[in-house]
Amino acid sequence: MAKYIFKRIIMAIVTLFIITFLLFMLVRIMPGNPFPSERMSAEAIEKKRAEMGLDKPILVQFGDYIANIVSTGSFGKGSSLYNGAPIATVLPKAMGNSFKIGGIAICFGVFIGLVLGIAAALNRGKFWDVFCTVLSIIGVCIPSYVFMIFLQYFFAYKLPVFPFYFNNRQFFVSSIMPALSLSLFSMSTVARFTRNEMVEVMDSDYVLLAESKGMYGTKLVTRHILRNALIPIVTVIAPLIVDLLTGALVVEKIYGINGIGKLMVDAITGEGIDYNYVLALGILYSTLYIGIMLLLDIVYCLLDPRIRVTEKKGKRRREAEKKEAPAAA
Amino acid sequence: MSRKNKKTVSEAAVNTYVPSAEDFVLDVNRDITTDRNFASQGFWKGVCTRFFKNTRAVIGLVIIVLIIIFALIGPSLNQYGYSDIVSVYDEETGKEITARSMPPHIPALHKLFTGEDYDDLFAEHTFIFGTDSLGRDLWTRVWYGARVSLLIAFVTIFIDMIVGMSFGLISGFFGGVTDSFMQRFVEIANSIPRLVIVGVLATFMTKGIGLVIVALLLTEWIGMSKIARAEMLKIKNMEYIMASRTLGAKSGRIIFKDVLPNTIGPIITQMMFSIPTAIFTEAFLSFVGVGIMLPQCSVGSLIEDGFNNITTLPYQILPPILVLAFLMLAFNFVGDGLREALAPRIEDM
Amino acid sequence: MADKILEIRNLDITFTTSAGPVHAIRGVNIDLERGETVAVVGESGSGKSVVMKTAMGILAGNAIINSGEIIFRYKDDKGNAQEIDILKKDKKWIRKNINGKKIAMIFQDPMTSLDPTMTIGKQLMEGMIMHMGLNRQQAAERAVQLLGEVGITDPAKRMKQYPHQLSGGMRQRIVIAIAISCNPDLLICDEPTTALDVTIQAKILELIKKLQEDHGISVIYITHDLGVVAKVADYVNVMYAGKIVEVGNIEEIFYEPKHPYTWGLLSAMPDLETDDSRLYTIPGSPPNLLHAVTGDAFAPRNQFALKVDSLAEPPMFKVSETHYAATWLLDPRAPEVKMPEELQKRIARMLKEAKSDAGQL
Repeated sequence: MAKYIFKRIIMAIVTLFIITFLLFMLVRIMPGNPFPSERMSAEAIEKKRAEMGLDKPILVQFGDYIANIVSTGSFGKGSSLYNGAPIATVLPKAMGNSFKIGGIAICFGVFIGLVLGIAAALNRGKFWDVFCTVLSIIGVCIPSYVFMIFLQYFFAYKLPVFPFYFNNRQFFVSSIMPALSLSLFSMSTVARFTRNEMVEVMDSDYVLLAESKGMYGTKLVTRHILRNALIPIVTVIAPLIVDLLTGALVVEKIYGINGIGKLMVDAITGEGIDYNYVLALGILYSTLYIGIMLLLDIVYCLLDPRIRVTEKKGKRRREAEKKEAPAAA
Repeated sequence: MSRKNKKTVSEAAVNTYVPSAEDFVLDVNRDITTDRNFASQGFWKGVCTRFFKNTRAVIGLVIIVLIIIFALIGPSLNQYGYSDIVSVYDEETGKEITARSMPPHIPALHKLFTGEDYDDLFAEHTFIFGTDSLGRDLWTRVWYGARVSLLIAFVTIFIDMIVGMSFGLISGFFGGVTDSFMQRFVEIANSIPRLVIVGVLATFMTKGIGLVIVALLLTEWIGMSKIARAEMLKIKNMEYIMASRTLGAKSGRIIFKDVLPNTIGPIITQMMFSIPTAIFTEAFLSFVGVGIMLPQCSVGSLIEDGFNNITTLPYQILPPILVLAFLMLAFNFVGDGLREALAPRIEDM
Repeated sequence: MADKILEIRNLDITFTTSAGPVHAIRGVNIDLERGETVAVVGESGSGKSVVMKTAMGILAGNAIINSGEIIFRYKDDKGNAQEIDILKKDKKWIRKNINGKKIAMIFQDPMTSLDPTMTIGKQLMEGMIMHMGLNRQQAAERAVQLLGEVGITDPAKRMKQYPHQLSGGMRQRIVIAIAISCNPDLLICDEPTTALDVTIQAKILELIKKLQEDHGISVIYITHDLGVVAKVADYVNVMYAGKIVEVGNIEEIFYEPKHPYTWGLLSAMPDLETDDSRLYTIPGSPPNLLHAVTGDAFAPRNQFALKVDSLAEPPMFKVSETHYAATWLLDPRAPEVKMPEELQKRIARMLKEAKSDAGQL
């Protein structure tokens, strides 16, 4: 198994490198002007280009860029956002804000989703099952940001229970609404998926066998049903987290959170597009995404003995069959 | 309970039939070789029957058809264009008055309930959904926006289907080095979050429809290719493909004539789930501000407009949100219905 | 009356499905005497597994039991004789007192009937810890011993392995070990060899037979394979469309079958000596029980059907003390119908073989 995980890690790093390279090339080579040309003279632009190293060959630039990140953790300076402040000083604070909300949303989504799904599967056709179905329909057909708008309109504007915008001073109260709206989709997906997986496992032969052995109640659920149902659930969590990253963009816009999503929006919708921010955030998002997928892959592999305990394929099986023959003779 | 009783009663009735002597003759001249239990039915006919038996799927289909019809004819049901600012000349003051931010304004209904005509300047004008903050008719804009959103979704998903399907089929068919190379490519493409793709595209493309379409084209084909590849791997080793191969069929023929028709079902199902994703992505990008640009509009940009005025004019946001929600719901229903119709679950006994 | 361990009386079950109610079991009676082996034979979909799952209390949630009783007689922990109706007990009680402990089951497909995320040892010990009050160590010792008994080499090592590391035949041996782990009185085998290679089938059957003799277990076989029946059973119940259509001991069913459906099953058995170059098959397929059945359910496929078959359901006619069949052909008013000639020849051949076998012994 260690070998498998090692292989996955290497692959993730290679993928990340390739993506970084692609992003860099696209952002630097494609037509487009990083400087608002109307306000700058040709000489000024030339000077600025030299200052930013844009006059060097592109591969050298890429090498410098990577070296810079690895050695000093610096992504360079922004070209238009925050008056060209170094990205490394802006980013950590934004990441902090985003991760706080995102983290709460993930916990909400996965935990409540799981509990709901389990409750629905164990009470098939009853209240929780119906509730779970309705929730998943809502989750599917109402984009999370629409849900956010409603929450904000009713619970911050009409009925001022929660603050309209997020702020770090009232961290807990003001983060409930954004986190809840952000987690709606993942919650409903996890709930529906958990329910379906549980139902499938409950109808499986091995659960029948466990029942015919005399297993029932909590023991049956925890030992036989949950574990088997959880394995495939891990696979849907990865795409959900990605959805969450995307959703964070809008949540941050609606609730005025200074996070990486808002940075991204500012970088691409501002007057002059901030190439360096786009690049830095692109790398950051990709890293996050690849990292999460890697992590879930490892969790999956820990949960499923069919992957965990795989010796050299075929050998074990052949050995087993060879022994089968004389054993019964 | 009542059903149970009825059954026992009816069975009792059958059991009480007392056979008479003349019943005991061989029942000859019957055809016992034809199996009538599972009368043969064409595959697609069976799919259709099962699909139309599914209430949710039918509701979904009806909603989609209705929305498409309105998107096509809605904007031309009144005299306003989608970007026209409606105004009237006020004779008292001698000024041009624009119909800014009006709530729904339907003279016929108003008369029906109050018995009076509107006594404002727009007494003659009908604004079913009201007007926006610039004085444009929302009814026209909403259906126009739905048209744009649907068009984007259909076009991109269609192209994605062709690209993804070819990619997946080829990758699955040839296997070996070709497959692992193509799969590495998919893996890398799949590891770039959509957001990053949009960001990078925004650095060199002008914002608007083009950006949305390219972003969708770059991401949605992956799911299609995965499904096509999985189907190919499943079908590739079936006997009929072997037979085709032994008869000397070339790869192209096998891929497109023998395998492709059998992958259509899952692919269409995937399309039904991709379309709402595309509509959603478009709405999301427009909402964030890199999608559809004024004076064009789409469902997403209308929601953004509404959101900006939500505290003062909350009714503005409702129509586009409802259209979006119904579209998502309907496509998901249809997708679910198709999936079940294509692979009916045999119930456990 | 001898000591009957299990009596199924007039069992009637309907399933609610999305297509409508399916009347899957339409009045089934089965008796099993202690220490004997009964086979339930029928095509797939005839409802054989449903009956046995009902006896185990592991029926799917969409089943409605309309009527019937399943009487099970056993000795409780204190050694007192008990007689219970399984249908009247709740699931939890059945799990605690019957499942695994008194009645155990072997499933058809060993590839899917073991929990893929749990080691063999844990799955084997689970029941023993629960029912026999053993601690982990005792259970582990007994598990190793059981694995040896069902013919698994290197049992101590297998205990720590997962199902995917073992072959189909081995997995079925483990399922059998799990089934006998708590010394049940009754073992239900649901097509225990169907999913296995032919070479392993015979070994598994021998194993079950040997365990039955060693432990004095009564066994019910559910199968569609008359070859299996001939090898193992004392009594045979032939089931068709949710009903028992013929019941008798093994000689009666194989040598003097009365029901046209049994004729069909026997004719359809592959045989080396048959002159006919084509293998006989029963025409058509079992009825779809979504629709109510009028008269004899087999009539539409029966070349010997009478007019009355489509009008009234035949009762069980008595042929001998142990042999009953539900066909109007046994009614005194019915015309005389002989079984197909080919089958007569085949039975004569089988009888001759059986005699010569007996002679050799």
